[in-house]
Amino acid sequence: MRYLPLSKNAHDEMLEEVGASRIRDLYKDVPSSALLDDIVDMPHHKGEIEVERELSAMAAKNRSAGDGPFFLGAGVYYHHVPASVDYIIQRSEFLTAYTPYQPEIAQGTLQAVFEFQSFIAQLTGQDIANASLYDGSTACVEAALMAMRITKRRKVSIGTPLHPEYRKVLDSYMGNLGDVEIVDGEPDEETACVIVQSPDFLGNPHAYDLWRKRCDETGALLVVVITEIVSLGLLPAPSEADIVCGEAQSIGIPMSYGGPHLGFFACREKFLRQMPGRLCGMTEDADGRRGFVLTLSTREQHIRRDKATSNICTNQGLCALAFTVHMSLLGETGVRQLARLNHEKACALADALEKIKGVEIENKNFFNEFVVSLPKPANQIVDELVTLDIIGGLALDGNRLLVCATEMTRDEDIERLVTALRKVL
Amino acid sequence: MSAELKQFEEGFQQEMREGNRGLHYEESLLWEKEYSERSGVDLPQSSGIAVRTGLPERGDIGLPQVSEPQALRHFVRMSTWNYSIDHGFFPLGSCTMKHNPRLNEKAARFAGFSHIHPMQPVSTVQGALELMYELQNWLGTLTGLPGVCLTPSAGAHGELAGLMTIRRAHEVQGNTARKVVLIPDSAHGTNPATAVMCGFTVRNIPTGPDGRLTVEAFKEALYKGDENGADIAGMMVTNPNTCGLFERHIVEIADLLHKAGGYFYCDGANFNALVGRVRPADFGVDVMHINLHKTFSTPHGGGGPGSGPICCTEELAAYMPVPTVVKKGDDYIFETKEDRETSLGTLKAFQGQFGMFVRALSYIMSHGADGLAQVSGDAVLSANYIMAKLSEDYHVPFEGPCMHECLLTDKKQKSFNVTTLDIAKALIEYGYHPMTVYFPLVLSGTMLIEPTETESKDAVDRFIETMRQIAQDAQNKGEAYFHALPQSSPRKRLDEVKAARNPVLKWKAS
Repeated sequence: MRYLPLSKNAHDEMLEEVGASRIRDLYKDVPSSALLDDIVDMPHHKGEIEVERELSAMAAKNRSAGDGPFFLGAGVYYHHVPASVDYIIQRSEFLTAYTPYQPEIAQGTLQAVFEFQSFIAQLTGQDIANASLYDGSTACVEAALMAMRITKRRKVSIGTPLHPEYRKVLDSYMGNLGDVEIVDGEPDEETACVIVQSPDFLGNPHAYDLWRKRCDETGALLVVVITEIVSLGLLPAPSEADIVCGEAQSIGIPMSYGGPHLGFFACREKFLRQMPGRLCGMTEDADGRRGFVLTLSTREQHIRRDKATSNICTNQGLCALAFTVHMSLLGETGVRQLARLNHEKACALADALEKIKGVEIENKNFFNEFVVSLPKPANQIVDELVTLDIIGGLALDGNRLLVCATEMTRDEDIERLVTALRKVL
Repeated sequence: MSAELKQFEEGFQQEMREGNRGLHYEESLLWEKEYSERSGVDLPQSSGIAVRTGLPERGDIGLPQVSEPQALRHFVRMSTWNYSIDHGFFPLGSCTMKHNPRLNEKAARFAGFSHIHPMQPVSTVQGALELMYELQNWLGTLTGLPGVCLTPSAGAHGELAGLMTIRRAHEVQGNTARKVVLIPDSAHGTNPATAVMCGFTVRNIPTGPDGRLTVEAFKEALYKGDENGADIAGMMVTNPNTCGLFERHIVEIADLLHKAGGYFYCDGANFNALVGRVRPADFGVDVMHINLHKTFSTPHGGGGPGSGPICCTEELAAYMPVPTVVKKGDDYIFETKEDRETSLGTLKAFQGQFGMFVRALSYIMSHGADGLAQVSGDAVLSANYIMAKLSEDYHVPFEGPCMHECLLTDKKQKSFNVTTLDIAKALIEYGYHPMTVYFPLVLSGTMLIEPTETESKDAVDRFIETMRQIAQDAQNKGEAYFHALPQSSPRKRLDEVKAARNPVLKWKAS
């Protein structure tokens, strides 16, 4: 087996050193009822050629976004990832390093995390950001939990249409706590936080001033959730918020059937000690040279155990690196241009769809996705489009379809969708 | 450092932080570089149409900007400051730093895996579901626990999923008075943190004198609140435990727990010792998580992404999170909350860290049932070999055999005022990543060494020689020598107190 270097000779020498005649002797603490006599009944090892063939056969059964027109968004987006991003994250030094607990030999990872935190803070207009969380849905839960810790209240309001998967995750976590109420609408005097997704699940961008006002009146915290982080290159920063969190997959990370993605979490500095997840901070070494370390770990589980702010110990290190590399490539003008391009593609898609008889655009405003109402059930249309090799969007209730365009959307993709819709409607 | 060299270093720090000496590079933050006119990405020109967002267009964000070669150089230079498994031996206990095969990376990047969307019609992603189904099947077989849910994002998330499954089972069965979770004092910090997140209270089980649980101590904890253990929801035990030892009384302990009506959650962090040889179901486990980033080689990536699927008994499978993949005729479909109403629900948007599933299955297929059994055997053999070879120079607190990692302490070195931290920093000086230090907490000055099956005997022997050298140095060179280590790494010891006292968490213009 090519991954296992211990030779027969090495085995014998090592067994002799430890005073065992065979490896099984080293398992003498394992009750015999729990020790297998034989290897499990599954296929044996395979060479690289064979494994690669089998896996590529599985991959070939999937219709990938690059195979043809693709209009699905809804919290996960098909964007371009520059080749340099993938090269950097595949460097051994980043890919095969551990969490930077030994900072003297992990400054590469640590400086990248520091830059990641800086990028997120700037994009979200917040004071501070952590080193990342699992994904947008769990980041949203962590925001609600943090707001509950700060306000000592047990009610969460959903202010604008929240991604249904995020809502399900929120329900499961809060259901587990038993005494938390989740309601739709405005915050009141018992509300820990109001969650405002923008653009919301249906694609509508929101202003935050009125939400801020309601929060100031009631003492609730304003949590802004962003599932399409590219939008922050065009829409105003949610600097009025107390917490801004969500999903940053759009920059540097492929869709990968839903993960690994990149949860981000930013907030006001005054909430620093209530924040979940890892933080990287600047310091000096024994010679006074600048360096970085993981810091404020007294909030975390390995120190606080049952009194920790969260049980989280990992972040999404390599995904945060991919984001950071892509952001550094885009730069100030690139981020804004990318956002504008997404919006313009969506405008072109809206203009084209609107011309189809019986099709209406529901949104007055949008960033890169919006809801169209069709004269037929949307799930039926999605299936019919699949037969024409078009991934047409996400079927919502009834005749409503959520469609998305990004910089990857070509004019001919839009033409093909329009032609197909004319045919199936 | 000579005065001259110090002056030189201060010079470039104050100016650009971009100097280098031989292959030792300095590198500034992106924000400290000159703003380039050129973005590192060429995008099509925008048409400049009026926006339809209903909101004012965002002004300057204040981001840095560099061209592509500048960006690439920035990260490549930074990368040279990292130690990694591809650099050398990485004996970090409980972390299973094994070889990360590049075939796995290649497969995860097949367009049919990386460019598919989690909400695509299931008919267009049958290959992805097939892959998940295969992985579920392997994990179910290797653990003997047939209910598999792949969605948890990491070990701690898997723990949460496992404990929530237990909580949900008690809830559905009407056992709401069961609020206590038993946890050994040697457990990972995530265990108690997770129990509390589920609304449970934690009761400690003290570790016995041989580094293992004793039936007596377990009974005492089990019946402490109620003579029949009617307040017990379950227990969380890592097995092999964090002292690197297999809990030899585990079957008896699990029986007592089950009789009292509790469920056995096993932290799967140390599954690399068991894979292919011991099925946790056979020692009484009801639910456990598997760290794909440990046992099944998905890269640690400098701190994630991980992946922590859970495996459970058929009984508990009714309560575990959704979705899971099932096969119906020739088709693969998702089982959701609508199909399994007793499920606790969803713990993460979509289907989990799918990219990690591809890598893990690639690893599993490459090894096969035979190779996986060799993985655990080689890992256990190496750890025992290290323990035997170092037992004269270092204090071995517990009698073996150990499993895939061995525990030492600094008891012998402390008489020379050299501590575990010093030994770790000396290892850095000698070109190694240190072992896990000061964990577990059951003794002072612990050092947990996990070699994994990745290391050749030659590599293990060289590590042993280095450890012996350090033990010699502790006797001969004195504490001052150690306190100044490491000297040759990109940075010397860093001031963590300063970082915490005055947190600087992002770039600020000075």
